[in-house]
Amino acid sequence: MGRTIAEKILAAHTQTKSFQPGDIIKVDVDVALANDITAPIAIRAVRQSGVEKIAHADKVVFVLDHFTPNKDIASANQCRYVRDFALQQEIEKFFDGGEAGVEHALLPEKGLVLPGDLIIGADSHTCTYGALGAFATGVGSTDLAAAMMTGQAWIKVPPTMKFIFEGELLPWVGGKDLILYLIGKIGVDGALYRVMEIEGPAVSALELSDRLSMSNMAIEAGAKAGIIAADGKTEAYVKPRAKRPYTVYASDKDARYESVTVFDCAGIEPQVAFPHLPENAKGISEAGDVKIDQVVIGSCTNGRIEDLRIAARILKGKKVSKGLRCLILPATPEVYSRALGEGLIDIFLQAGSIIGPPTCGPCLGGHMGILAKGERALATTNRNFVGRMGDPASEVYLSGPAVAAASAVTGKISAPQEVMS
Amino acid sequence: MILKGRAFRFGNDVDTDAIIPARYLSTSDPDVLKKHCMEDADPAFPDRVEPGDIIVAGKNFGCGSSREHAPIAIKASGVSCVIAASFARIFFRNSFNMGLPIFESDEASAAISEGDTVEVDADSGVIRDLTTGKVFQARPIPGFMQELIEDGGLMEHIRKRGGI
Ligand code: SF4
Repeated sequence: MGRTIAEKILAAHTQTKSFQPGDIIKVDVDVALANDITAPIAIRAVRQSGVEKIAHADKVVFVLDHFTPNKDIASANQCRYVRDFALQQEIEKFFDGGEAGVEHALLPEKGLVLPGDLIIGADSHTCTYGALGAFATGVGSTDLAAAMMTGQAWIKVPPTMKFIFEGELLPWVGGKDLILYLIGKIGVDGALYRVMEIEGPAVSALELSDRLSMSNMAIEAGAKAGIIAADGKTEAYVKPRAKRPYTVYASDKDARYESVTVFDCAGIEPQVAFPHLPENAKGISEAGDVKIDQVVIGSCTNGRIEDLRIAARILKGKKVSKGLRCLILPATPEVYSRALGEGLIDIFLQAGSIIGPPTCGPCLGGHMGILAKGERALATTNRNFVGRMGDPASEVYLSGPAVAAASAVTGKISAPQEVMS
Repeated sequence: MILKGRAFRFGNDVDTDAIIPARYLSTSDPDVLKKHCMEDADPAFPDRVEPGDIIVAGKNFGCGSSREHAPIAIKASGVSCVIAASFARIFFRNSFNMGLPIFESDEASAAISEGDTVEVDADSGVIRDLTTGKVFQARPIPGFMQELIEDGGLMEHIRKRGGI
């Protein structure tokens, strides 16, 4: 019986000789990630266990990206707690201050996550790295504490569901639209406990940034991982960045899938997910008349340079609608620097946008763009739960960067074609 | 162990932002978090909940973020266990890692009403609605996870057994 990519990666990281979906196995992890919100609980657990020096500091990555630059005294204290621990434990992969960026944009960019890796992160969007052909999954802080001490994690072996995207993309459609469409079809628990393996000619044609947006949102369908097999484009991306060897895995022809679903991209227009769940996805032509108060372009889903280029194409020479705040947050310092060099930041400023630092900021309703009661935002982020960006009576709509930028110009949810002749 | 309390009902897909909104994540202090537990889903919950009470929800409870602040807030507010038709996967593992008892049962999730008095035998997974007299059986818990509960969570498990 053949095996899927996920099963091959798990097998390469466990002593357990044979396993089935549903079995619980112990795995060695390559990378254990946490941020300023989840690391403190993990650190406290390590401290309470009495361990002086953690055994696996080399696997640990800490990124202070959520409530940074510190939004208040409490978050400053939290960051300091993590910083002190990182220094004391000599954790080299510690990203703070001007080295920090939104973690799931930062780690691939720094070459810290590679094909064939087994990655756990105390952040649910750790699944982003599946786009590099890795097994990457979100866990809790206690799991992270355990990994720092033992180098291991427990994993319930998941079955795999396959999703194939056939055909060619319609204009202005990107990875974000495909994944919103998929979640709209299967629901927010449509892949609960499963691995999603995503492939097909349309996915092969996508650049890495679009693939990362897709794997990023696997958790929004409840999945444990969202894997896209590494190909030539993946290797071209990771080779210059990698500082250690990596392994490219492919699923066997006779691998076992719980289900196989095929989508034809000919029928997928730019998508918008309506409040308050990512599964409320609609094609832009069905969005109706939705006035918005704020647009956010950024986050681990769509804050990469490719996303900013799309937004700049649309915003160039235009003005943000009067009364609307258009916030643009480059996801990492490198993205920011490239956007400056390419003149994108200037285009955004001329259009009347606000440029923020590389931070999660408004994505999780932390700071830098919180919504008032009754306000509506259209964001390139990944979650539109009640109260996600501010007041419990505010609303978040999700889209890719093209729809977000076009809507910033019109003041209501709009197709890119409406502002681009 | 017998867990007993009044049922607080919630719907499907209760996310971790509803359990504990991100605006309170600048702390992980249980006593602060419990004051805001479930407040975006039911603002009265933090005041009304009493030790032993039980959360009963639909499918996919705890979806969204990986924040352990969610089970911490629930535990700190005195809730003795959560019964749902299904749990989101990170919430599921966090609960076992931290020792918050959770039970999966489609039937109990559908039949128990707000305010019913419910009793759960944590060892056998038998759920009794004492108000209606109905009895349900929760789905069995895998062996390793039973070990985690017996040991009192993942960190204690590692301490006792020298590894995961
Ligand atoms: S950008 Fe948003 S979704 Fe991504 S890691 Fe930050 S808070 Fe989480």
